[in-house]
Parts: sequence; C-alpha cells; structure tokens
Amino acid sequence: MIIHHPILGPRDAQEFVYLGDANLIDRPDGMTAGVEVFHEYLYQRTNPAGEHQELWYHEQGDRSWLVITRNTVTHEITKVELARDVARSRGRSK
Amino acid sequence: MASLMAMTALGRREPTTVTHGPLTITERTDVALASVAARKGRMADLAQAAQAAGTPLPGPATHQRGTPYSAFWTAPEMWFVEAPFATHELIAEMLKAALGDAASITEQTDAWVAFDLAAPDLSPVLERLCNVDFRHVPDGHATRTMMEHLGVYLIKHGPKEARLYGPRSSAESLLHALETAAHSAL
Amino acid sequence: MTQSNRITGGQIDRTKTLRFTFDGIPYQGHPGDTLASALLANGVKLMGRSFKYHRPRGPISAGSEEPNALVELRSGGRQEPNTRATVAELFDGLTANSQNRWPSLRFDAMGINDKLSTFFAAGFYYKTFMWPKSFWEKLYEPIIRRAAGLGSVTREEDPDNYDKGFLHCDLLVIGAGPTGLMAALTAGRAGKRVILADEDFRMGGRLNAETYAVGDLQGADWAAGVVAELSSMPNLRLMTRTTVVGAFDHGIYSAVERVSDHLATPTDGKPRQILWRIYSGKAILAGGATERPVAFENNDRPGIMMAGALRAYANRWGVKVGERVAVFTNNDDGLRTALDLQAIGVDVVAVIDSREGGDLLPGIRHLQGAEVIDTAGNLGLKSISVRQANGRSETFAVDALGVSGGWNPNVNIHSHHRSRPVYDPAIAAFIPGKDGPPGLLVAGAAAGQMSTHAALKTGRDAAIAACDLTNGPDLPQAEDAPVRITPLWHVAHGKGRAWIDQQNDVTVKDIKLAKQENFTSVEHLKRYTTLGMATDQGKTSNVIGLAVMAELTGRSIPETGTTIYRPPYTPVAMGTLAGRSRGREFKPFRLTPSHHWAKEQGAIFVEVGNWLRTQWVPKAGETEWRQSVDREVLATRKSVGICDVTTLGKIDIQGTDAGAFLDRVYANTFSTLAVGKCRYGLMLREDGIVFDDGTTARMSPSEYVMTTTTANAVTVFRHLEYCRQVLWPDMDVQLISTTEAWAQFSAAGPNARNLLAKIVDQDISDAAFPYMGAGNITVGGLRARLFRISFSGELAYEIAVPTRYGDALLREMLAKGAEFDPIVYGTEALGVMRIEKGHVAGGELNGQSTALNMGLGKMVSKKKDSIGMVLSQREGMTAENGYRLVGVKPVDPQAKLTAGSHFLEKGAAAVAANDGGWLTSKVYSPHLGCDIALGYLKAGDTKIGQRMRIVNLLAGLDTEVEIISPHMFDPEGERLRG
Repeated sequence: MIIHHPILGPRDAQEFVYLGDANLIDRPDGMTAGVEVFHEYLYQRTNPAGEHQELWYHEQGDRSWLVITRNTVTHEITKVELARDVARSRGRSK
Repeated sequence: MASLMAMTALGRREPTTVTHGPLTITERTDVALASVAARKGRMADLAQAAQAAGTPLPGPATHQRGTPYSAFWTAPEMWFVEAPFATHELIAEMLKAALGDAASITEQTDAWVAFDLAAPDLSPVLERLCNVDFRHVPDGHATRTMMEHLGVYLIKHGPKEARLYGPRSSAESLLHALETAAHSAL
Repeated sequence: MTQSNRITGGQIDRTKTLRFTFDGIPYQGHPGDTLASALLANGVKLMGRSFKYHRPRGPISAGSEEPNALVELRSGGRQEPNTRATVAELFDGLTANSQNRWPSLRFDAMGINDKLSTFFAAGFYYKTFMWPKSFWEKLYEPIIRRAAGLGSVTREEDPDNYDKGFLHCDLLVIGAGPTGLMAALTAGRAGKRVILADEDFRMGGRLNAETYAVGDLQGADWAAGVVAELSSMPNLRLMTRTTVVGAFDHGIYSAVERVSDHLATPTDGKPRQILWRIYSGKAILAGGATERPVAFENNDRPGIMMAGALRAYANRWGVKVGERVAVFTNNDDGLRTALDLQAIGVDVVAVIDSREGGDLLPGIRHLQGAEVIDTAGNLGLKSISVRQANGRSETFAVDALGVSGGWNPNVNIHSHHRSRPVYDPAIAAFIPGKDGPPGLLVAGAAAGQMSTHAALKTGRDAAIAACDLTNGPDLPQAEDAPVRITPLWHVAHGKGRAWIDQQNDVTVKDIKLAKQENFTSVEHLKRYTTLGMATDQGKTSNVIGLAVMAELTGRSIPETGTTIYRPPYTPVAMGTLAGRSRGREFKPFRLTPSHHWAKEQGAIFVEVGNWLRTQWVPKAGETEWRQSVDREVLATRKSVGICDVTTLGKIDIQGTDAGAFLDRVYANTFSTLAVGKCRYGLMLREDGIVFDDGTTARMSPSEYVMTTTTANAVTVFRHLEYCRQVLWPDMDVQLISTTEAWAQFSAAGPNARNLLAKIVDQDISDAAFPYMGAGNITVGGLRARLFRISFSGELAYEIAVPTRYGDALLREMLAKGAEFDPIVYGTEALGVMRIEKGHVAGGELNGQSTALNMGLGKMVSKKKDSIGMVLSQREGMTAENGYRLVGVKPVDPQAKLTAGSHFLEKGAAAVAANDGGWLTSKVYSPHLGCDIALGYLKAGDTKIGQRMRIVNLLAGLDTEVEIISPHMFDPEGERLRG
C-alpha cells in the first residue's frame, strides 16, 4: 500500500508499523475512570468491513503517528492526518 | 589521565574507502552530528536563534548546506545538524550555547556511521537498496529509508553524490550491503 | 543428430550453434531457440511423463502457460525442477533431464498407473489415504505419493545470488506485444517515465509468431523498429525476461527479472534473478491471450499441441513439428495455422472444423462440422480418428495436430484484487471484469480485443487515457479480422479419457465424478480434482474445465464462474523471494564497541536480536563453558568484572514536561527524582502487564536518560512517541535514541570504584558519588557519563563514552586496573549474577506478568495516572493466590533444574490440575554451589521456606526443592551500597 503522508507525500506502507483502531486516542483519565471504563476503551473496538480509522507509525520515516482512514475491504485510503492534530481536535492536550 | 584513541565504526584507526567499479564508498569520521528539536511552542524562538547562529533549519525531506553548520530535516520540528568534527566535536554543547532553551539538543555523532557515495550515476546501485526514487528526487533531498533491514538517512547531493547515515553498530553490514549491491548492479 | 525438423525462416541466429543435452543425448540449436523449439527442431516431441498416469507428453504450447514439457534444468546446486522447456532460453552447454519417469522417459515403469487409472480418479487421495493409520507411513507416503509428482529438488545449496530492487514510473506496461509496444510508444513520446516489461527474451509478443504485416513491415520487423525507438528514449526502461507476477495495492506491482537464466552461470557477482517492486502511477495490462485446447479422447499425445503454438514454432523458430499435420479448430484462428504451414510447404492433411458452413479453405481438405474423436500413437501421435458431419469416421495418419478451442484473454493480473472476469460470448472467453486494481487499464487481447489493429488501437488509447494525453501516434495499417468462434469444450464420444488439465491429469470423467459427488462450485471442483493447480495454474485448462462443469450442471458459463486468481502469475523461485537475505546475510548484525577486543580474546558471541554480544570469554585451559562462566562470576564478586552493556536501549528525553511525561509512562514516579540521580523504572502496557524495565537518570531539570532492555529498545521508543503524539500532544517532550551514540560498560565488584578512580577525572568516592548517582564526568578530559547502578548486586557503575572511544576505554580499564585482576564477563555471567540477585529479565518479563507477579506491586503508584495503572488492578490480576516470583534451590545440591519445569506439591500427581507454576530462569550459582532458579509460583510469597517438587516430564526431572526468597545473594544489598 501507499500512504500519502501529510508531510512527506506518498510512502510505502512497508515503512510503517500498524497499531489499530484510532479510538485509542480517547484514553480515559486514570485518576477518574475506573477499570470498567478502561476495559471498554482498550478492548471494545469495532472491526468494520469498510471504512476504518487506524493508527500507523512511520517508524522508518519521520516517526510521525498518523490517523489513516482506510477501507479494510478495498484498502482504499481516503484520509491521512497527523495523529497529534487529530488528538488535539478531540480535546487532548497534556 | 586517560587519553583514548578513537576507533572508526568499521573498527579501524583510519576511515575506510572502498571502490567497486565506478562507485566509491568513503567512511566519514570527520562529521559531528547533533539532533535539534524545537521545544513545544518555541519554533519561532528556535528559528530566530538558528538564523543568528547560522544554523539552517530546512523544510521537510530537505538538506541544506551551510558553514560551519549544515542540516537536514528528520521529523516535524526536528533536524540533524552537521559540522566538521575537528572544530565541532562538542557540537551539542556549541549548539546549546547558540540556541538556548528553545530546543532540545542531543549529541548524535557516534550514533551513526556516515558513508559518502560517489559514482557517475548512483541510481542503479540505490534502486537495489531502497525505495527512494533517487533519479527523480531533487538535489538536497534527505529522507529516512530502509536498506537491507537497516534504517538509514539518505541525502542526495546530486545524481553522482550522496551521503548515507546508518546505525553505527551495523556499519559492517551496511557497507557489505552497499558493496554487494554495487557488485550486482554495476 | 542434426536439426531434422528445422526449416527456413524464424528469428534465430543460424550463424551460431549452441550445443545442449537432453537426458544425456547431445543436440544442437541456435541463439533465439527455447529448449522446446530446439528439441522439436531435432525431432524430439516426447519431453515428459504426466503427473499421475505417467502418460508420455510433449509440449502443447510455446509459452509460459505450458503444462507438460517440464524438465529438470541444469545440474548440481543449480538444478531446477519443473522448468518449462517452452520458455527456457537455450544457451551453450545447457543440460536438461526429463522428470517423473523411471528408468527412462521412453520406458517408464510407472506407466502402469495409466492402466490402473480407474483407481486414481479424482478424489483418490481423499478417499484412499484414510485408514488404516499404519498405512500412512508405510505405503501412502513413501510409495503412492512418490509415484505421482513433478521434478525432484536438488539437495545442494543454490550457488546463485538473488537480488531485490525498487523501480518507479508514471506508467508500467505489462507485455510488449503490439498492444504494449503501442502503449509504451504513446507514453514514451509524450515524455512519461515508462517501464515496459515482457516475460519473453524478445519483445513483440505474437507479432514474432505471426506472418501479418503491420504497416509496410512484417509484424516482427515493425516490433523491432519500435523497440529500437523505445530503447533510445531516456525515459523508457525496457525489461525483457521480466514477468510481472502480481498486482498489489495502490499501483505497486512485483516483477521477476531473469538476469542470468539464459547464461550457463551468472557473470561473477551478478544475480540470477531480481525481484522488483514497481511503484507505478498507472499501469496497462497488455498481456495478450492464451489459446485453449478442446478435450477429446487421448488428446494428450506428443505431437498434439495448440494450433497457435504449431505456427509459432514454424514462424518464429523455423521448426516444423510434424511432416503430416492436421488442425482441429472451432474458430477462424485455427485456420491461420493451416494456411501458414501450407505456405511453408508442410503437408496439411486436413482441417477438422467443428463449425458448420462458412467458406472452405482453398487447397486444403477442410472438413466442416467434424470433430476429432480419438488418436493413436504410444510415444507420439501417429493418427487421428475424425467423425465427420455425416457421422462417418475417418482416420488420418498424422504426426502433428494443432488444436484451437479459442483464446482466453490473460486477465490474471487484472484479477489479483479479486475482480471477477466476465464471460463474453462474442469471443467465447472471459474478459476483465469490474473493480480491477485501481489505476490498471487493460488493452489488446488481454481485454478481448483480438485483432492486431484492435491491439494497436486499444494500446495507444489506454496510454492516452492513463497519461492524460490528448493524442498519440498514428496507427499503422494492420489486420482486423473478427473472431468467429462456435464454442466447443469437449467432444462427446466413447468412454476413453479426454484431458482437460494435462498437468494434473484431470479428464472430463473427473469433472463428471466431481459433479456426481456434488463438488459443483468451481472452487470445490478445483480442490477435488486438482484442476488448475501446480505450476501452470490452469492457464490452458481452467476455462474448459468450468465450461464442462457448466454443461453438466445445466448452468451457464457466467453462472459457473472462475476460480480466484492470485499472484504469482508464473512460478517464482524461493531464492528470488529471499533475495539477499540468506545465510549470514539473513539480517544485519550489530556489533558492540568491545567486539574487536572480544574477538581478539576468542570470545564466544551470542545473538541477541541483531546484536552480537559476548557470551563468555574463555581463558586458556578452559574446555567447558561453565568453567569460564563460573570464573567470570567469582572474579567479579571477588574483585571486579567489566561487561559491555551498550546494547541496552538509551533514550534521551528532554523538555519542560519530561518529568511529568515519565510519570505517565512509568508505573512509579520520576518527576521527583533529583538531578544527578537515577532510579529503577517499571513500564506497564495499558492492559496492566509489565512492558519493560530499566534505570532512568535525571541529567538536568529538563533532561532524562532512559535505559530500556536490549530487546525492547525499538518498541519502547515507538511507545513513547505514541504517548507524546497521540495521548498527550501538548506535552513539551522531545525524544531521540542515543543507544549507539554511547559505548557503555558496567564495572562491578568490590574493586569497581578503585578501578574507575584510576580512569575518571572526578572524585567518585561514596560520599561524592553515592549509590544511584548519575552525572556527566570526564575521562582524561573526554566527555563521559557515569551511573552508579547495579544489576549484579555488587558495588557497580556504568560508564559511558562516545562510541568511537569505547574500545579504547575498555582497554584502558583493563590496563590501568590491572592490579585488581579485572575480567570481562559476558551475558552468561551477567545472567548468573542477576538471578542470584533476583532481578527480573527475559524469562520473567514474558509479556504475561504483572508487577505484582514480580514482587514489584508496590512500585505501581496509585497517586498519579500512568499507562497500565488502572487495568493492573483488574480482578484476577490482583488475586492473592496469584503467581509470585520466588527463588528455588534443590534440596540435593547435586540435583539439576531445568527452566520451564513445573512446581508441584509433594505427593501430587503430575497433572495440569496440580500445577503450581513454573521456573522462568535457571543457572548454576558458583557462589551457592548448586543450581538455582527463579519461578512464578502460585501464592509464592506465602511459601517461602517450604519444600515442593520441581517436575519436568520431558526432561525426566522430579526433584525436591526449597522455595526461597528470589534475592538469593546479599539480600540486604550491603555490597552494592559499599
């Protein structure tokens, strides 16, 4: 696959490491959320045959974590964003 | 008091040069290297300090030459800065002094082995080693890529000239890969 | 033997003669020949025995689709089985042998299988290899399976090199027939970067095998002219002998270039083959079409081949396959063979045309509405029986028969993303369907455009579309004959066997049996009968197989459908897939700064990931590894030992939030660590399992140096990037690996400080540099770092200098500290000392264990949020009777323990229900004089001092042990604070 890196342009997916569902961004606060909430967060993921937001890491590149919107059936990639930007847009900070 | 003798990444006292047909591979031990990363929200301060200090901070996937400092982009708001080892062995200290607290600076000199590649056309060798479109990318292109499972930085100085930074501990394996590819392709 | 069947013409170089042998018999051919064309030129049609029935077989094709003419090419380590003689390019000195026959090709004892064919029908394996169980090893595997088969594999190592590479282009053109040449010309003249790849050694495709004109030129000459023009373009890369074998995602294709297969041996240092990964903007499949046979009784005799192959051998290679030839066709293309052969003076005895009506060929006996119903000739075709339209049979004495059942577009590459081809009744064949690989266009015969004119036009138009051009070259004049075909899949006649898949010996009867047993889906049909398997992947057989199934089930051909096409298009050697990653070059090595010193000493190395670490350093007189290791341990604990610990991951963590960041990623707290101190850190995964551990030092208020385990250096770094970019994007934290930047040595033992005091420039007395101190120091003025940390339980330091000085530092420590008799110890002694001390490592950090399991539960701070903190408190992971780390020592000091052995209570049966846990690490402790071990024992913390058994049924071990504290050596830690 080719991933169109938002900074570096088209790069071979072989340079990346795959993590999984981009919902991992929404980590609960460990000081307020309990085991149940963390369990939901870590284990309850959708596994769609179709469009999916995923975290990929450009390990053999610029070390950016990316959020990639990919169709798991056709492998079509419709959107590639820096995970940092997505995380901020979802309200994450420090 | 100790006075320690340096050993090159290839385990010798002097840097190594090998030729394979038209290709020359030269180990460079005379380059000091440091990483410079902007502190959060301090990019403008860093840019200003870098300009004053004569340190280029080029855009993504780019290498920029300068004197004494050259630099290439490695990650968002992060660069590797090069300087002559003889005058800049303490490159990290020197850059810290110049750039202040706007950047996180770390010595990288001995984390890497540097090879200069020279041939009338480097493309036939490099296309056996990595997925960089060496023919097509502009001079000054700098990118991380993989060669025989090794993560390296490849800098194109021209169609006949490139600099390679590979993991120092794998210097022998990387040189072997270069030599084998040269033998195979040229 | 002279080339008895060689005639004039063809694209071979008659000025040069190449000598070769087949089954030991010498023959001659010319440059431009394939092994098959050269053998046919020498009158050799029998080239192999079939897979199951050992039927005599000759080539049926002149290309990569060949199912029959498979040979063992070359000898020794270069011997390659199942090589298609039809594509093996002839070279001087080539040796080839037939396969799957004994004792000889002409007399094959296993030919008996042919007489027993009733027993070997489809599904034979599934039905026979069932019971009794003992028959499997004694009969089925050694005898029956061996009787069936392809070529044999050499037992020698492949002496050749293979390579890989990466190519980039705007347009990849797959196939260099008229379509591909026109596409490449169009894009090339427009200045696009084009790769034109063709599996043949000569570009031109079918034009080389036909007599058509293109423009004013013979087709082959037109092709050569275009190739010459393309060769002169710097933006064109012409790749002959290069098969595009697979279409992958987003314009990536893989191709195999056979660099040296046309040479006796590769030129020194050159690869035999290269596996290319091609990144394309767009691609055009111009792969042409493959002719398919018609099934009729005994249609597999040597001398029976595709009509198009018969004329290819005549036109391209100057070979007449037979003296008296007939053609059996259901379409107009078969008629061309008759006309071409007649034109060069071959006796065309008859054309058997299954269609009724239409024009008769002039000067040839053209039987319309007729079918070939049987053939005769044991080792080669002697005659054919023909049923005429009026029902009368007639026998013709012929030694070659050309068969044309129509042409199948080569849709394979287009179907690699599971696009299903669609049936086009106009050409009675499948053409590319919808949803092919994005960016891939199909043109020419591959798209069902069968005339030369259509090929040129669609090739040009595809290039115009692919490259967003407005126009292209003018088209040269070329034939534009329509496809006139009346489908005929098999001839209904008699009870004999009519072959569909000659490679797998699948006949019409087998399809009937599959249908009878309800394996009617094409995928089931394939698995049940093996139709379309093995090296040719059914290129000539799949479509007629499914068409026969369609007939039998009363479904239409589109309803029946095709099986799934998968890469590779043609077989790829394993060596090519491995490339250079073989033997010592399987992976790169990482050498430590002390490597050269250790090598001088004759050290034994162990691979730890890619690192080569010193395992132990034998001294003269030591004959057994334990002697060296015991000595290294005792010498270290007695005076001082030095160990290269450079391999541990080092990560420089800077920024104003560095401390807060570490509090998040470590279970324990680091923001409170004083500058100039270090601390052991425990890192959890979010699921609460221990991820990694190591010491981290604070070098300044905003700079920490983290160490990781050797194994996890890369994954920890990735995880930290994840934390700082994805979870806490606004933290001011910057990361960089410095693992290789610093050569780091541990100096451990009572004299460690005394030794280092002779090396470093600063005061390192206990007062000036206390336990867990860390700081920047100098060594003879050289910048260095010192950490007072211990893995061995001894007074110990780790000292680091820039890597280039590491070798010298080690030598300096050994020389300047000589009075302390320092030794260098390896990973084995390191392991002994850490187990004596109860420190966790590989066996305990097994990805399944919690801090609580390791006896480190209190390290997980609940006062702050950190990765894994919450889920480490899950029910089940905090059970009081869970696994706890314990030390183990045998009651009998002579008893040997084995890691992986299990804890059992005394008297308990050795069954899983009684399992109490297992030993994670075991060593011999020279200090305690017996084996000792660490292990995870259920409720182990309550069992200290008790006796249990250690049982390992595989190792025959059942011995009584004492459960002790994991801190087996100096439990109070007096030595390391000394």
